[in-house]
Amino acid sequence: MSVLIQERPMVARADGGAFDPVVIRRQFPVFERNPGLVFLDTAASAQKPAAVIDGLAEYYRTDYANVHRGVYGLSARSTARFEAARERVARFLNAADASEIVFVRGATEGINLVAQAWGLAFLKPGDQVLVSELEHHSNIVPWQMLRDRLGIELVVAPIDAGGGLDLEAFAHLLTPRTKLVAMTHVANVTGGLVPVERVVDLAHACGAKVLLDGCQAVPRLPVDVRALDCDFYVFSGHKCYGPTGIGVLYAKRAVLDAMPPWQGGGDMIRTVTFAKTTYQDAPQRFEAGTPDIAGAIGLGLALDFMDGLGMAAIRDHEAALTDHARDALLAVPGVTLIGADGPGLGVVSFQVDGIHPHDLATIFDRHDVAIRAGHHCAQPLMDRLGVVATARASFGVYSDEDDVAALVAAVRAAQRLFGLTSAR
Amino acid sequence: MMDLRDLYQDIILDHGRHPRNFGPLPDPSHLAHGHNPLCGDTVTIFVRLRDDRIAEVSFEGKGCAISTASASLMTEVMLNKTLAEAQALFAHFHTLATGGATGGLTGGAPGLPPGLEEEGDRLEPLAGVKAYPARVKCATLAWHTLEAAVRGGGTVVKTE
Ligand SMILES: Cc1ncc(COP(=O)(O)O)c(C=O)c1O
Repeated sequence: MSVLIQERPMVARADGGAFDPVVIRRQFPVFERNPGLVFLDTAASAQKPAAVIDGLAEYYRTDYANVHRGVYGLSARSTARFEAARERVARFLNAADASEIVFVRGATEGINLVAQAWGLAFLKPGDQVLVSELEHHSNIVPWQMLRDRLGIELVVAPIDAGGGLDLEAFAHLLTPRTKLVAMTHVANVTGGLVPVERVVDLAHACGAKVLLDGCQAVPRLPVDVRALDCDFYVFSGHKCYGPTGIGVLYAKRAVLDAMPPWQGGGDMIRTVTFAKTTYQDAPQRFEAGTPDIAGAIGLGLALDFMDGLGMAAIRDHEAALTDHARDALLAVPGVTLIGADGPGLGVVSFQVDGIHPHDLATIFDRHDVAIRAGHHCAQPLMDRLGVVATARASFGVYSDEDDVAALVAAVRAAQRLFGLTSAR
Repeated sequence: MMDLRDLYQDIILDHGRHPRNFGPLPDPSHLAHGHNPLCGDTVTIFVRLRDDRIAEVSFEGKGCAISTASASLMTEVMLNKTLAEAQALFAHFHTLATGGATGGLTGGAPGLPPGLEEEGDRLEPLAGVKAYPARVKCATLAWHTLEAAVRGGGTVVKTE
Protein backbone atom coordinates (compact mmCIF):
# COMPACT_ATOMS: atom_id res chain seq x y z
CA MET A 1 0.00 0.00 0.00
CA SER A 2 2.92 2.36 0.44
CA VAL A 3 3.72 2.63 -3.28
CA LEU A 4 2.87 6.26 -3.57
CA ILE A 5 4.81 7.51 -0.66
CA GLN A 6 7.99 5.52 -0.84
CA GLU A 7 10.42 7.87 -2.56
CA ARG A 8 10.51 10.78 -0.22
CA PRO A 9 13.85 12.51 -0.25
CA MET A 10 13.90 16.09 0.96
CA VAL A 11 11.01 17.58 -0.90
CA ALA A 12 12.09 19.43 -4.04
CA ARG A 13 9.99 21.69 -6.22
CA ALA A 14 9.39 21.30 -9.93
CA ASP A 15 11.76 24.18 -10.62
CA GLY A 16 14.45 22.56 -8.51
CA GLY A 17 14.07 24.87 -5.50
CA ALA A 18 13.24 23.55 -2.05
CA PHE A 19 9.57 23.15 -1.17
CA ASP A 20 9.20 25.63 1.66
CA PRO A 21 5.68 26.16 3.01
CA VAL A 22 6.79 29.36 4.75
CA VAL A 23 7.81 30.86 1.42
CA ILE A 24 4.75 29.47 -0.34
CA ARG A 25 2.49 30.96 2.33
CA ARG A 26 3.64 34.44 1.33
CA GLN A 27 1.83 33.93 -1.94
CA PHE A 28 -1.48 33.63 -0.04
CA PRO A 29 -2.82 37.05 0.97
CA VAL A 30 -5.21 35.54 3.51
CA PHE A 31 -2.31 34.79 5.82
CA GLU A 32 -1.07 38.35 5.60
CA ARG A 33 -4.54 39.66 6.47
CA ASN A 34 -5.01 37.15 9.26
CA PRO A 35 -1.68 36.98 11.04
CA GLY A 36 -1.50 34.07 13.42
CA LEU A 37 -4.14 32.07 11.59
CA VAL A 38 -3.42 28.35 11.66
CA PHE A 39 -5.60 27.14 8.82
CA LEU A 40 -6.17 23.41 8.96
CA ASP A 41 -9.36 23.09 6.90
CA THR A 42 -7.98 22.92 3.38
CA ALA A 43 -9.91 19.71 2.69
CA ALA A 44 -13.12 21.75 2.93
CA SER A 45 -11.72 24.45 0.69
CA ALA A 46 -8.21 25.68 -0.06
CA GLN A 47 -7.04 29.26 0.34
CA LYS A 48 -6.23 31.17 -2.84
CA PRO A 49 -2.83 32.31 -4.04
CA ALA A 50 -2.38 35.86 -5.30
CA ALA A 51 -1.83 34.47 -8.81
CA VAL A 52 -5.44 33.26 -8.84
CA ILE A 53 -6.97 36.28 -7.08
CA ASP A 54 -5.12 38.83 -9.19
CA GLY A 55 -5.47 36.77 -12.35
CA LEU A 56 -9.25 36.78 -11.99
CA ALA A 57 -9.32 40.55 -11.56
CA GLU A 58 -6.98 40.99 -14.50
CA TYR A 59 -9.18 38.87 -16.73
CA TYR A 60 -12.27 40.89 -15.80
CA ARG A 61 -10.33 44.09 -16.46
CA THR A 62 -8.92 43.19 -19.84
CA ASP A 63 -10.55 40.30 -21.64
CA TYR A 64 -14.03 39.79 -20.26
CA ALA A 65 -17.01 39.13 -22.54
CA ASN A 66 -19.38 36.21 -23.02
CA VAL A 67 -17.92 33.22 -24.82
CA HIS A 68 -18.81 31.36 -28.00
CA ARG A 69 -21.17 34.14 -29.08
CA GLY A 70 -19.59 37.39 -30.14
CA VAL A 71 -17.71 38.00 -33.37
CA TYR A 72 -15.97 40.99 -31.86
CA GLY A 73 -12.41 40.79 -30.66
CA LEU A 74 -13.11 40.93 -26.96
CA SER A 75 -15.41 37.93 -27.09
CA ALA A 76 -12.92 36.06 -29.22
CA ARG A 77 -10.20 36.73 -26.65
CA SER A 78 -12.45 35.67 -23.81
CA THR A 79 -13.39 32.49 -25.67
CA ALA A 80 -9.75 31.74 -26.39
CA ARG A 81 -8.88 32.10 -22.72
CA PHE A 82 -11.82 29.95 -21.64
CA GLU A 83 -10.88 27.22 -24.10
CA ALA A 84 -7.21 27.52 -23.14
CA ALA A 85 -8.30 26.78 -19.56
CA ARG A 86 -9.98 23.63 -20.83
CA GLU A 87 -6.74 22.60 -22.52
CA ARG A 88 -4.88 23.42 -19.33
CA VAL A 89 -7.11 21.05 -17.37
CA ALA A 90 -6.71 18.36 -20.01
CA ARG A 91 -2.92 18.66 -19.81
CA PHE A 92 -3.02 18.64 -16.01
CA LEU A 93 -4.99 15.38 -15.94
CA ASN A 94 -3.16 14.00 -18.99
CA ALA A 95 -6.48 13.57 -20.80
CA ALA A 96 -6.22 12.58 -24.44
CA ASP A 97 -8.07 15.66 -25.63
CA ALA A 98 -9.54 18.91 -24.30
CA SER A 99 -12.96 17.81 -25.57
CA GLU A 100 -12.97 15.28 -22.72
CA ILE A 101 -13.12 18.11 -20.18
CA VAL A 102 -16.59 19.33 -19.18
CA PHE A 103 -16.75 22.39 -16.96
CA VAL A 104 -19.25 22.03 -14.12
CA ARG A 105 -19.91 23.81 -10.83
CA GLY A 106 -17.91 21.31 -8.85
CA ALA A 107 -17.52 17.63 -8.11
CA THR A 108 -21.10 17.44 -6.87
CA GLU A 109 -22.47 18.68 -10.17
CA GLY A 110 -20.09 16.44 -12.09
CA ILE A 111 -21.39 13.34 -10.31
CA ASN A 112 -24.99 14.43 -10.77
CA LEU A 113 -24.30 14.99 -14.45
CA VAL A 114 -23.03 11.43 -14.83
CA ALA A 115 -26.00 10.08 -12.88
CA GLN A 116 -28.53 12.05 -14.90
CA ALA A 117 -27.03 11.87 -18.37
CA TRP A 118 -25.15 8.59 -18.43
CA GLY A 119 -27.16 6.80 -15.73
CA LEU A 120 -30.62 7.57 -17.07
CA ALA A 121 -29.55 6.55 -20.58
CA PHE A 122 -27.66 3.37 -19.84
CA LEU A 123 -28.88 1.86 -16.57
CA LYS A 124 -31.81 -0.54 -16.35
CA PRO A 125 -33.72 -1.94 -13.38
CA GLY A 126 -31.59 -4.50 -11.59
CA ASP A 127 -28.29 -2.93 -12.66
CA GLN A 128 -25.92 -2.09 -9.84
CA VAL A 129 -23.88 0.95 -8.93
CA LEU A 130 -21.08 0.08 -6.52
CA VAL A 131 -19.76 2.72 -4.12
CA SER A 132 -17.68 2.44 -0.94
CA GLU A 133 -18.27 3.26 2.69
CA LEU A 134 -15.72 6.04 2.39
CA GLU A 135 -17.84 8.22 0.16
CA HIS A 136 -18.83 11.83 0.61
CA HIS A 137 -22.60 12.36 0.47
CA SER A 138 -22.16 13.78 -3.03
CA ASN A 139 -21.13 10.33 -4.26
CA ILE A 140 -24.01 8.60 -2.49
CA VAL A 141 -27.14 10.70 -2.82
CA PRO A 142 -27.15 11.10 -6.64
CA TRP A 143 -27.02 7.29 -6.95
CA GLN A 144 -29.81 6.85 -4.41
CA MET A 145 -31.95 9.27 -6.36
CA LEU A 146 -31.23 7.27 -9.50
CA ARG A 147 -31.99 4.05 -7.65
CA ASP A 148 -35.40 5.33 -6.57
CA ARG A 149 -36.14 6.53 -10.07
CA LEU A 150 -34.86 3.58 -12.11
CA GLY A 151 -35.04 0.61 -9.79
CA ILE A 152 -31.28 0.05 -9.91
CA GLU A 153 -29.41 -1.20 -6.86
CA LEU A 154 -26.85 0.70 -4.81
CA VAL A 155 -24.19 -1.66 -3.48
CA VAL A 156 -21.67 -0.58 -0.86
CA ALA A 157 -18.12 -1.94 -0.60
CA PRO A 158 -17.01 -2.04 3.04
CA ILE A 159 -13.89 -0.68 4.66
CA ASP A 160 -11.52 -2.96 6.52
CA ALA A 161 -10.55 -2.78 10.19
CA GLY A 162 -7.89 -0.19 9.40
CA GLY A 163 -10.36 2.16 7.75
CA GLY A 164 -9.26 1.59 4.16
CA LEU A 165 -11.21 0.07 1.30
CA ASP A 166 -11.49 -3.70 1.73
CA LEU A 167 -10.24 -4.63 -1.72
CA GLU A 168 -11.07 -8.30 -1.37
CA ALA A 169 -14.64 -7.58 -0.36
CA PHE A 170 -14.86 -5.08 -3.17
CA ALA A 171 -13.73 -7.70 -5.69
CA HIS A 172 -16.39 -10.09 -4.41
CA LEU A 173 -19.14 -7.52 -4.84
CA LEU A 174 -18.36 -7.02 -8.52
CA THR A 175 -20.79 -8.95 -10.71
CA PRO A 176 -21.92 -8.74 -14.32
CA ARG A 177 -24.75 -6.57 -12.98
CA THR A 178 -22.26 -3.96 -11.76
CA LYS A 179 -22.45 -1.25 -14.39
CA LEU A 180 -20.63 1.52 -12.56
CA VAL A 181 -18.13 1.75 -9.73
CA ALA A 182 -18.17 5.23 -8.18
CA MET A 183 -15.42 5.75 -5.65
CA THR A 184 -13.31 8.37 -3.97
CA HIS A 185 -9.61 8.59 -4.80
CA VAL A 186 -8.55 10.04 -1.44
CA ALA A 187 -11.10 9.80 1.41
CA ASN A 188 -12.17 13.19 2.76
CA VAL A 189 -12.67 12.01 6.35
CA THR A 190 -9.52 9.93 6.84
CA GLY A 191 -7.15 11.09 4.11
CA GLY A 192 -6.85 7.42 3.17
CA LEU A 193 -5.51 6.72 -0.28
CA VAL A 194 -7.73 4.28 -2.15
CA PRO A 195 -5.89 1.82 -4.43
CA VAL A 196 -7.80 3.13 -7.43
CA GLU A 197 -5.53 1.42 -9.98
CA ARG A 198 -6.67 -1.95 -8.64
CA VAL A 199 -10.26 -0.76 -8.40
CA VAL A 200 -10.27 0.25 -12.06
CA ASP A 201 -8.65 -3.01 -13.19
CA LEU A 202 -11.08 -5.17 -11.25
CA ALA A 203 -14.10 -3.14 -12.34
CA HIS A 204 -13.12 -3.15 -15.99
CA ALA A 205 -12.54 -6.88 -15.87
CA CYS A 206 -16.23 -7.12 -14.95
CA GLY A 207 -17.30 -4.76 -17.68
CA ALA A 208 -18.20 -1.93 -15.27
CA LYS A 209 -17.33 1.69 -15.87
CA VAL A 210 -15.50 3.64 -13.17
CA LEU A 211 -16.09 7.13 -11.81
CA LEU A 212 -13.42 8.46 -9.47
CA ASP A 213 -14.08 11.37 -7.10
CA GLY A 214 -10.81 13.28 -7.13
CA CYS A 215 -11.81 16.14 -4.81
CA GLN A 216 -9.11 15.37 -2.25
CA ALA A 217 -6.67 13.81 -4.71
CA VAL A 218 -6.23 16.50 -7.36
CA PRO A 219 -4.85 19.03 -4.85
CA ARG A 220 -2.50 16.44 -3.40
CA LEU A 221 -0.94 14.09 -5.93
CA PRO A 222 -0.23 13.77 -9.64
CA VAL A 223 -3.34 12.47 -11.39
CA ASP A 224 -3.08 10.84 -14.81
CA VAL A 225 -6.51 9.81 -16.04
CA ARG A 226 -5.07 7.89 -18.96
CA ALA A 227 -2.77 5.87 -16.75
CA LEU A 228 -5.68 5.30 -14.35
CA ASP A 229 -7.87 4.37 -17.32
CA CYS A 230 -10.96 5.54 -15.39
CA ASP A 231 -14.05 6.40 -17.44
CA PHE A 232 -15.06 9.44 -15.40
CA TYR A 233 -13.06 11.66 -13.04
CA VAL A 234 -14.47 14.64 -11.14
CA PHE A 235 -12.96 17.34 -8.97
CA SER A 236 -13.72 20.80 -7.58
CA GLY A 237 -11.64 23.86 -8.38
CA HIS A 238 -12.01 25.43 -4.95
CA LYS A 239 -10.23 22.56 -3.23
CA CYS A 240 -7.16 22.95 -5.43
CA TYR A 241 -6.48 26.65 -4.83
CA GLY A 242 -8.90 27.81 -7.55
CA PRO A 243 -12.16 29.77 -7.36
CA THR A 244 -15.48 28.45 -6.09
CA GLY A 245 -18.18 27.64 -8.59
CA ILE A 246 -16.00 25.74 -11.05
CA GLY A 247 -15.17 22.07 -11.30
CA VAL A 248 -14.38 19.45 -13.84
CA LEU A 249 -15.91 16.29 -15.19
CA TYR A 250 -13.43 14.33 -17.25
CA ALA A 251 -14.86 11.49 -19.31
CA LYS A 252 -13.41 9.38 -22.07
CA ARG A 253 -14.38 10.80 -25.41
CA ALA A 254 -16.27 7.68 -26.51
CA VAL A 255 -18.26 7.69 -23.28
CA LEU A 256 -19.14 11.39 -23.62
CA ASP A 257 -20.10 10.92 -27.27
CA ALA A 258 -22.60 8.25 -26.32
CA MET A 259 -24.21 10.35 -23.58
CA PRO A 260 -27.35 12.38 -24.22
CA PRO A 261 -27.44 15.99 -23.03
CA TRP A 262 -28.23 16.80 -19.45
CA GLN A 263 -29.52 20.34 -19.15
CA GLY A 264 -30.96 22.18 -22.14
CA GLY A 265 -30.31 25.77 -23.12
CA GLY A 266 -27.97 28.00 -25.01
CA ASP A 267 -24.47 26.94 -26.05
CA MET A 268 -25.32 23.23 -26.05
CA ILE A 269 -27.37 23.30 -29.25
CA ARG A 270 -26.55 23.26 -32.92
CA THR A 271 -29.97 24.20 -34.34
CA VAL A 272 -33.26 24.86 -32.62
CA THR A 273 -36.75 24.89 -34.09
CA PHE A 274 -39.91 24.39 -32.09
CA ALA A 275 -40.20 20.99 -33.73
CA LYS A 276 -36.69 19.74 -33.10
CA THR A 277 -33.31 20.60 -31.67
CA THR A 278 -29.95 19.16 -32.58
CA TYR A 279 -27.13 19.22 -30.09
CA GLN A 280 -23.51 20.15 -30.04
CA ASP A 281 -20.78 17.58 -29.63
CA ALA A 282 -19.12 17.07 -26.27
CA PRO A 283 -18.08 18.94 -24.24
CA GLN A 284 -20.37 21.85 -25.27
CA ARG A 285 -23.37 19.50 -25.26
CA PHE A 286 -23.02 19.31 -21.46
CA GLU A 287 -22.47 23.01 -20.86
CA ALA A 288 -25.87 24.63 -21.26
CA GLY A 289 -25.96 28.36 -20.64
CA THR A 290 -23.23 30.87 -19.93
CA PRO A 291 -20.51 29.01 -18.09
CA ASP A 292 -18.41 30.23 -15.19
CA ILE A 293 -15.89 31.74 -17.59
CA ALA A 294 -13.77 33.48 -14.99
CA GLY A 295 -13.92 30.41 -12.79
CA ALA A 296 -12.49 28.23 -15.54
CA ILE A 297 -9.72 30.73 -16.21
CA GLY A 298 -9.01 30.99 -12.49
CA LEU A 299 -8.88 27.21 -12.26
CA GLY A 300 -6.31 27.20 -15.05
CA LEU A 301 -4.22 29.65 -13.02
CA ALA A 302 -4.54 27.46 -9.94
CA LEU A 303 -3.31 24.46 -11.89
CA ASP A 304 -0.39 26.57 -13.16
CA PHE A 305 0.34 27.42 -9.54
CA MET A 306 0.33 23.78 -8.45
CA ASP A 307 2.39 22.66 -11.42
CA GLY A 308 4.88 25.40 -10.60
CA LEU A 309 5.41 23.76 -7.23
CA GLY A 310 5.31 20.34 -8.81
CA MET A 311 2.63 17.77 -8.06
CA ALA A 312 5.19 15.18 -7.02
CA ALA A 313 6.66 17.65 -4.54
CA ILE A 314 3.19 18.55 -3.27
CA ARG A 315 2.41 14.86 -2.77
CA ASP A 316 5.65 14.31 -0.85
CA HIS A 317 4.96 17.38 1.28
CA GLU A 318 1.39 16.29 2.07
CA ALA A 319 2.44 12.72 2.84
CA ALA A 320 5.30 13.80 5.08
CA LEU A 321 3.18 16.33 6.95
CA THR A 322 0.35 13.83 7.38
CA ASP A 323 2.73 11.26 8.85
CA HIS A 324 4.18 13.90 11.11
CA ALA A 325 0.74 15.05 12.28
CA ARG A 326 -0.36 11.48 12.98
CA ASP A 327 2.75 10.90 15.10
CA ALA A 328 2.44 14.22 16.90
CA LEU A 329 -1.24 13.69 17.73
CA LEU A 330 -0.72 10.10 18.82
CA ALA A 331 1.96 11.26 21.23
CA VAL A 332 -0.72 13.15 23.18
CA PRO A 333 -2.40 10.91 25.77
CA GLY A 334 -6.11 10.62 25.12
CA VAL A 335 -5.92 11.17 21.37
CA THR A 336 -7.17 8.52 18.95
CA LEU A 337 -6.75 8.65 15.18
CA ILE A 338 -9.67 7.63 12.98
CA GLY A 339 -9.03 5.40 9.98
CA ALA A 340 -5.32 6.07 9.91
CA ASP A 341 -3.79 2.62 9.39
CA GLY A 342 -2.97 2.96 5.71
CA PRO A 343 -1.12 5.69 3.84
CA GLY A 344 -2.77 9.07 4.29
CA LEU A 345 -2.62 12.23 2.32
CA GLY A 346 -3.36 15.65 3.71
CA VAL A 347 -6.12 14.77 6.16
CA VAL A 348 -6.09 13.54 9.76
CA SER A 349 -9.28 12.71 11.65
CA PHE A 350 -9.07 12.29 15.38
CA GLN A 351 -10.89 12.25 18.67
CA VAL A 352 -9.85 13.34 22.14
CA ASP A 353 -11.15 11.33 25.08
CA GLY A 354 -13.71 13.26 27.07
CA ILE A 355 -14.05 16.18 24.64
CA HIS A 356 -16.61 16.29 21.87
CA PRO A 357 -15.20 17.39 18.48
CA HIS A 358 -17.43 20.48 18.49
CA ASP A 359 -16.03 21.62 21.78
CA LEU A 360 -12.55 21.01 20.41
CA ALA A 361 -13.25 23.12 17.34
CA THR A 362 -14.57 25.99 19.47
CA ILE A 363 -11.61 25.86 21.81
CA PHE A 364 -9.15 25.58 18.90
CA ASP A 365 -10.75 28.59 17.27
CA ARG A 366 -9.90 30.66 20.33
CA HIS A 367 -6.30 29.62 19.69
CA ASP A 368 -6.67 30.66 16.06
CA VAL A 369 -6.52 27.05 14.92
CA ALA A 370 -9.20 26.42 12.29
CA ILE A 371 -10.26 22.78 12.02
CA ARG A 372 -13.44 21.04 11.02
CA ALA A 373 -15.64 19.12 13.45
CA GLY A 374 -18.62 17.04 12.48
CA HIS A 375 -19.56 14.26 10.12
CA HIS A 376 -17.75 15.78 7.12
CA CYS A 377 -20.64 14.96 4.79
CA ALA A 378 -19.97 11.27 5.30
CA GLN A 379 -22.61 10.10 7.77
CA PRO A 380 -22.60 6.47 6.55
CA LEU A 381 -18.85 6.32 7.25
CA MET A 382 -19.38 7.85 10.70
CA ASP A 383 -22.00 5.18 11.44
CA ARG A 384 -19.62 2.50 10.26
CA LEU A 385 -16.81 3.85 12.42
CA GLY A 386 -19.21 4.08 15.33
CA VAL A 387 -18.70 7.79 15.92
CA VAL A 388 -21.04 10.76 15.71
CA ALA A 389 -18.37 13.22 14.73
CA THR A 390 -14.65 13.61 14.41
CA ALA A 391 -12.23 16.50 14.55
CA ARG A 392 -10.42 16.84 11.24
CA ALA A 393 -7.23 18.70 10.45
CA SER A 394 -6.26 18.98 6.81
CA PHE A 395 -3.27 20.46 5.06
CA GLY A 396 -2.29 22.40 1.99
CA VAL A 397 0.89 23.58 0.33
CA TYR A 398 1.13 26.39 2.91
CA SER A 399 0.87 24.08 5.94
CA ASP A 400 3.92 23.03 7.89
CA GLU A 401 5.11 21.47 11.13
CA ASP A 402 4.51 24.71 13.01
CA ASP A 403 0.82 24.34 12.19
CA VAL A 404 0.91 20.82 13.58
CA ALA A 405 2.64 22.09 16.71
CA ALA A 406 -0.11 24.69 17.14
CA LEU A 407 -2.70 21.95 16.68
CA VAL A 408 -1.09 19.78 19.34
CA ALA A 409 -0.82 22.76 21.70
CA ALA A 410 -4.51 23.44 21.16
CA VAL A 411 -5.37 19.83 21.99
CA ARG A 412 -3.43 20.13 25.22
CA ALA A 413 -5.10 23.45 26.03
CA ALA A 414 -8.51 21.85 25.52
CA GLN A 415 -7.57 19.00 27.81
CA ARG A 416 -6.46 21.48 30.46
CA LEU A 417 -9.67 23.47 30.14
CA PHE A 418 -11.67 20.28 30.56
CA GLY A 419 -9.51 19.20 33.49
CA LEU A 420 -8.28 16.11 31.69
CA THR A 421 -4.53 16.42 32.06
CA SER A 422 -3.96 14.98 35.49
CA ALA A 423 -2.27 11.65 36.23
CA ARG A 424 -1.19 10.82 32.69
CA MET B 1 -11.89 38.40 22.73
CA MET B 2 -14.15 36.45 24.99
CA ASP B 3 -12.53 34.13 27.40
CA LEU B 4 -13.25 30.46 26.78
CA ARG B 5 -14.08 30.24 30.46
CA ASP B 6 -17.19 32.37 29.85
CA LEU B 7 -18.48 29.51 27.75
CA TYR B 8 -16.92 26.56 29.51
CA GLN B 9 -17.71 27.51 33.09
CA ASP B 10 -17.18 24.88 35.74
CA ILE B 11 -20.87 24.22 36.03
CA ILE B 12 -21.09 23.58 32.27
CA LEU B 13 -18.12 21.23 32.33
CA ASP B 14 -19.56 19.46 35.34
CA HIS B 15 -22.99 18.94 33.79
CA GLY B 16 -21.34 18.03 30.47
CA ARG B 17 -19.35 15.32 32.12
CA HIS B 18 -21.89 14.18 34.69
CA PRO B 19 -25.30 14.93 33.24
CA ARG B 20 -28.21 14.84 35.70
CA ASN B 21 -31.44 13.04 34.90
CA PHE B 22 -29.68 11.08 32.19
CA GLY B 23 -31.33 7.93 30.88
CA PRO B 24 -34.78 6.93 29.70
CA LEU B 25 -37.91 7.20 31.82
CA PRO B 26 -39.97 4.05 31.88
CA ASP B 27 -43.40 4.71 30.37
CA PRO B 28 -43.08 8.42 29.72
CA SER B 29 -46.29 10.24 28.92
CA HIS B 30 -44.44 12.40 26.41
CA LEU B 31 -41.27 11.88 24.41
CA ALA B 32 -39.51 13.54 21.50
CA HIS B 33 -36.31 13.06 19.54
CA GLY B 34 -34.09 15.97 18.60
CA HIS B 35 -31.39 15.96 16.00
CA ASN B 36 -28.86 18.49 14.84
CA PRO B 37 -28.14 17.49 11.24
CA LEU B 38 -25.12 19.77 11.10
CA CYS B 39 -23.15 17.85 13.67
CA GLY B 40 -25.11 14.63 14.01
CA ASP B 41 -25.88 15.23 17.69
CA THR B 42 -29.03 13.57 18.97
CA VAL B 43 -31.15 13.90 22.07
CA THR B 44 -34.27 12.18 23.35
CA ILE B 45 -36.39 13.86 26.00
CA PHE B 46 -38.67 11.83 28.26
CA VAL B 47 -41.46 13.49 30.26
CA ARG B 48 -44.15 12.34 32.62
CA LEU B 49 -46.86 14.96 32.87
CA ARG B 50 -49.24 14.84 35.78
CA ASP B 51 -52.06 17.39 35.93
CA ASP B 52 -50.24 19.79 33.60
CA ARG B 53 -47.14 19.56 35.70
CA ILE B 54 -43.78 18.06 34.70
CA ALA B 55 -43.62 15.34 37.32
CA GLU B 56 -40.59 13.66 35.82
CA VAL B 57 -38.18 14.56 33.05
CA SER B 58 -35.01 12.99 31.72
CA PHE B 59 -32.89 12.88 28.59
CA GLU B 60 -30.58 10.67 26.65
CA GLY B 61 -28.30 11.33 23.73
CA LYS B 62 -24.91 12.04 22.28
CA GLY B 63 -23.63 15.54 22.15
CA CYS B 64 -21.00 18.08 23.00
CA ALA B 65 -20.43 19.57 26.45
CA ILE B 66 -22.70 22.50 25.64
CA SER B 67 -25.66 20.46 24.45
CA THR B 68 -25.30 17.91 27.24
CA ALA B 69 -24.98 20.55 29.96
CA SER B 70 -27.87 22.50 28.54
CA ALA B 71 -30.09 19.43 28.53
CA SER B 72 -28.98 18.49 32.02
CA LEU B 73 -29.63 21.95 33.49
CA MET B 74 -32.93 22.08 31.66
CA THR B 75 -34.16 18.87 33.25
CA GLU B 76 -33.24 20.27 36.66
CA VAL B 77 -35.09 23.54 36.29
CA MET B 78 -38.12 21.97 34.60
CA LEU B 79 -38.83 19.44 37.29
CA ASN B 80 -42.23 20.06 38.96
CA LYS B 81 -43.00 23.06 36.78
CA THR B 82 -46.44 23.66 35.35
CA LEU B 83 -46.70 23.88 31.59
CA ALA B 84 -47.19 27.63 31.90
CA GLU B 85 -44.03 27.95 33.94
CA ALA B 86 -42.19 25.73 31.46
CA GLN B 87 -43.32 28.01 28.67
CA ALA B 88 -41.93 31.03 30.50
CA LEU B 89 -38.62 29.21 30.99
CA PHE B 90 -38.46 28.29 27.29
CA ALA B 91 -38.88 31.91 26.34
CA HIS B 92 -36.40 33.04 28.92
CA PHE B 93 -33.81 30.52 27.82
CA HIS B 94 -34.23 31.42 24.19
CA THR B 95 -33.40 35.04 24.88
CA LEU B 96 -30.58 34.04 27.16
CA ALA B 97 -28.90 31.81 24.59
CA THR B 98 -29.47 33.88 21.50
CA GLY B 99 -29.01 37.32 23.01
CA GLY B 100 -32.50 38.30 21.87
CA ALA B 101 -33.93 41.74 22.48
CA THR B 102 -35.39 41.29 25.93
CA GLY B 103 -32.76 39.24 27.67
CA GLY B 104 -29.13 38.51 28.08
CA LEU B 105 -28.71 40.56 31.24
CA THR B 106 -26.85 38.92 34.03
CA GLY B 107 -28.36 37.99 37.35
CA GLY B 108 -32.03 38.73 37.11
CA ALA B 109 -34.37 37.17 34.66
CA PRO B 110 -36.27 39.74 32.67
CA GLY B 111 -39.62 38.47 31.60
CA LEU B 112 -39.68 35.61 34.07
CA PRO B 113 -42.74 35.50 36.27
CA PRO B 114 -42.21 35.80 40.01
CA GLY B 115 -41.11 32.59 41.60
CA LEU B 116 -38.84 31.52 38.77
CA GLU B 117 -35.89 33.81 39.54
CA GLU B 118 -33.88 31.00 41.02
CA GLU B 119 -34.35 28.90 37.88
CA GLY B 120 -33.27 31.88 35.82
CA ASP B 121 -30.12 32.17 37.85
CA ARG B 122 -29.37 28.50 37.43
CA LEU B 123 -29.49 28.88 33.65
CA GLU B 124 -27.26 31.92 33.62
CA PRO B 125 -24.04 29.97 32.93
CA LEU B 126 -25.49 29.01 29.54
CA ALA B 127 -25.64 32.66 28.52
CA GLY B 128 -21.99 32.43 27.44
CA VAL B 129 -23.07 30.60 24.32
CA LYS B 130 -24.55 33.68 22.71
CA ALA B 131 -21.04 34.92 21.94
CA TYR B 132 -20.50 31.74 19.91
CA PRO B 133 -23.11 31.83 17.15
CA ALA B 134 -21.96 28.49 15.73
CA ARG B 135 -22.78 26.84 19.05
CA VAL B 136 -26.19 28.31 19.87
CA LYS B 137 -27.96 25.36 18.25
CA CYS B 138 -26.08 23.00 20.54
CA ALA B 139 -27.56 24.78 23.55
CA THR B 140 -31.10 25.04 22.20
CA LEU B 141 -31.53 21.50 20.86
CA ALA B 142 -32.77 19.93 24.10
CA TRP B 143 -35.12 22.85 24.76
CA HIS B 144 -36.78 22.67 21.36
CA THR B 145 -37.10 18.95 21.85
CA LEU B 146 -38.74 19.28 25.28
CA GLU B 147 -41.12 21.87 23.88
CA ALA B 148 -42.08 19.45 21.12
CA ALA B 149 -42.47 16.60 23.59
CA VAL B 150 -44.93 18.36 25.87
CA ARG B 151 -46.81 19.88 22.98
CA GLY B 152 -47.30 16.85 20.80
CA GLY B 153 -44.98 14.04 21.63
CA GLY B 154 -43.42 11.61 19.23
CA THR B 155 -42.02 14.30 16.97
CA VAL B 156 -38.50 14.67 15.71
CA VAL B 157 -37.05 18.11 16.15
CA LYS B 158 -34.20 19.47 14.09
CA THR B 159 -31.98 22.42 14.75
CA GLU B 160 -29.71 23.40 11.92
C1 LIG C 1 -14.29 13.54 -1.43
C2 LIG C 1 -15.23 14.66 -1.75
N1 LIG C 1 -16.16 14.49 -2.69
C3 LIG C 1 -17.01 15.47 -3.04
C4 LIG C 1 -17.00 16.69 -2.41
C5 LIG C 1 -17.98 17.73 -2.83
O1 LIG C 1 -17.34 18.79 -3.43
P1 LIG C 1 -18.14 20.11 -3.84
O2 LIG C 1 -18.95 20.50 -2.66
O3 LIG C 1 -17.08 21.09 -4.19
O4 LIG C 1 -18.99 19.75 -5.02
C6 LIG C 1 -16.06 16.91 -1.41
C7 LIG C 1 -15.99 18.20 -0.69
O5 LIG C 1 -16.53 18.44 0.33
C8 LIG C 1 -15.15 15.87 -1.07
O6 LIG C 1 -14.23 16.04 -0.11
